[in-house]
Amino acid sequence: MTMLKTLAPYEFKSRDAVENYQGRQLLYVNWERHRMFSRPFVLAMKPETPFSAVLEEMAACFSYHPDWQHIDWDKAIWQNGNTPFTPDRNKSLKDNGIGHKDLIRFRTPGLDGIAGTGY
Amino acid sequence: MDMKVAKKLGLKERYALMTRDLAWDTTYQKMEDVFPQTTYEGIKIHDWDKWEDPFRLTMDAYWKYQSEKERKLYAILDGFNQNNGHLSVTDARYINVLKLFLGSTPPLELMAARGFSMMGRQMNGAGPRVACQMQAVDEYRHFQTQIHSISNYNKYYNGMDEFAHQQSRMWYLSDGKSFFDDAITAGPFEFMVAIGFAFEYVLTNILFVPFISGAAYNGDMAAMTVGFSAQSDEARHMTLGLECIKFMLEQDPDNLPIVQRWIDKWTWRGTRKLASVGMMMDYMLPKRIMSFKEAWEMYVEENGGALFKDLARYGITIPKCFSQTIEEKEHVSHQSWIGFYMKPQATPFHTWIPTPDEMDWLSEKYPNTFDQYYRPVLEFFDAQEKAGNRFDNKTAPMNCQVCVSTMKFNEPGDPMEMCFRESIYQGEKFHTCSDHCKEIFDNEPEKYVQTFISSHQVLQGNCEPDGVDVNAPDFKPGQDMLGYWKLDKRALGDFNGSEDQKNFAAWREQATKN
Repeated sequence: MTMLKTLAPYEFKSRDAVENYQGRQLLYVNWERHRMFSRPFVLAMKPETPFSAVLEEMAACFSYHPDWQHIDWDKAIWQNGNTPFTPDRNKSLKDNGIGHKDLIRFRTPGLDGIAGTGY
Repeated sequence: MDMKVAKKLGLKERYALMTRDLAWDTTYQKMEDVFPQTTYEGIKIHDWDKWEDPFRLTMDAYWKYQSEKERKLYAILDGFNQNNGHLSVTDARYINVLKLFLGSTPPLELMAARGFSMMGRQMNGAGPRVACQMQAVDEYRHFQTQIHSISNYNKYYNGMDEFAHQQSRMWYLSDGKSFFDDAITAGPFEFMVAIGFAFEYVLTNILFVPFISGAAYNGDMAAMTVGFSAQSDEARHMTLGLECIKFMLEQDPDNLPIVQRWIDKWTWRGTRKLASVGMMMDYMLPKRIMSFKEAWEMYVEENGGALFKDLARYGITIPKCFSQTIEEKEHVSHQSWIGFYMKPQATPFHTWIPTPDEMDWLSEKYPNTFDQYYRPVLEFFDAQEKAGNRFDNKTAPMNCQVCVSTMKFNEPGDPMEMCFRESIYQGEKFHTCSDHCKEIFDNEPEKYVQTFISSHQVLQGNCEPDGVDVNAPDFKPGQDMLGYWKLDKRALGDFNGSEDQKNFAAWREQATKN
């Protein structure tokens, strides 16, 4: 229950409500144990966008890391938030069950960053 | 005939006449209508006269002390500037500390001035009203003197001139802005706990150690003098914040759980705000005073711990976040520096990789973490930069909904894993960086759903320079962030090869040789 106390009615919309994104939705992407990138990045995409477009954005950012070229894509583990899922690169975000402000967590077993530091 | 000479007033009587005696209870309007803010937060005050004024300072004495301090300060600033004092700092990397400080601190001093002006109106008691008004003037003075001391550097070095424009727009300044916006939109008692107590009392030392002592140690007499000139004010501010806590706790037992929740919240918000101060100490000062970890141990664990022990007699317990801050002192400065290093096109100050000597210093100061987690990636960055492939992460960040830091902190107990927390409110997801930020969100979601997250605002098309037509068919948001931020191109990029680096070297050469 809220603990907010105010002098007057206090109702404000969420600043990041999905309707503020002109038909697009927010998506965060993190490569786990590759903290060189400091934090996840954010994209705004239409729900009809194929998941392959997310993979392109990932390559554009993450390929700076020497581990990128060693990824065994069959062994990659994906989570949407804390829930495991298997993305289909040809299906849309919507059909992959990805909604507004979801966080994709991408794991590559055996690859733990520079010298195994998690970076 | 004998003259009747009035007895000279004692300090106490004089103070009473000049402060409390000037106040009155309203009769045309009900007191609760004139002072509505001091009741709605749930804090119960039965007798405002029980407020103990921690320093009995009258306005006339206040002006006299402050003007003396100002005269001394500006004499030193003038001398420093006229003698090209900027060339006496350790090396040109130091000036980037001033750039970071200028964007992050004076605007917050101004917010503190606004906040304490509001407190000076909202508090019922004359004692706290006068004290808050003086603190408002102090904060305004700090805001001005900090800018004046740095303005001389602005004549010679890049990236300082648009700090006021950048304050509410730059991604990395959002954490401090959010901190004060949260405090100032709370009620007066929460503001006093947030700024008067948690920030001034528990955390200010951590900010002033790297800045004042760091400035002195690196040859910046201008910034050092500003710091010392502010110190005597800070002592007064700390006393005011502590008095307010004690007053609330003594007035009614129902106040304890509310005050405890605010202490928990604001100690954590302050801790997050200070992550970038850690990197100032460990990475940005060419001559280091002490590590962030050592400063945290001395000022927060020891001094803060003793303070909370003292408050235990009122029922206050150590803030919930305390143990996490102790674990994080080994990590946050490194995590922050990596976060800034990778954005060379998005800050008005330069970043760099520490020299081998400096890395050895970090290994010595952080024996549990630096070599294990941070040295290898810094050495990788260094090799890449030397090979002409300097790291530049062009993506936009994910931020915490409460502290607005980028989501860069590790899961407690596992430095290799990122920490993510999530809440659902009215069907929408909200992400936070820690259990403590999540709890703050969950307590008052109505407030934090309004958080201004700059990377999101860019994607909504709200961050465009003047003249961009956001309704044009080919409009793409965020194509000219440098224009929107008014970032000087010369101020961007790595320190190596920067105009500041070249100018400083050339000018120092001229100053020391024929």
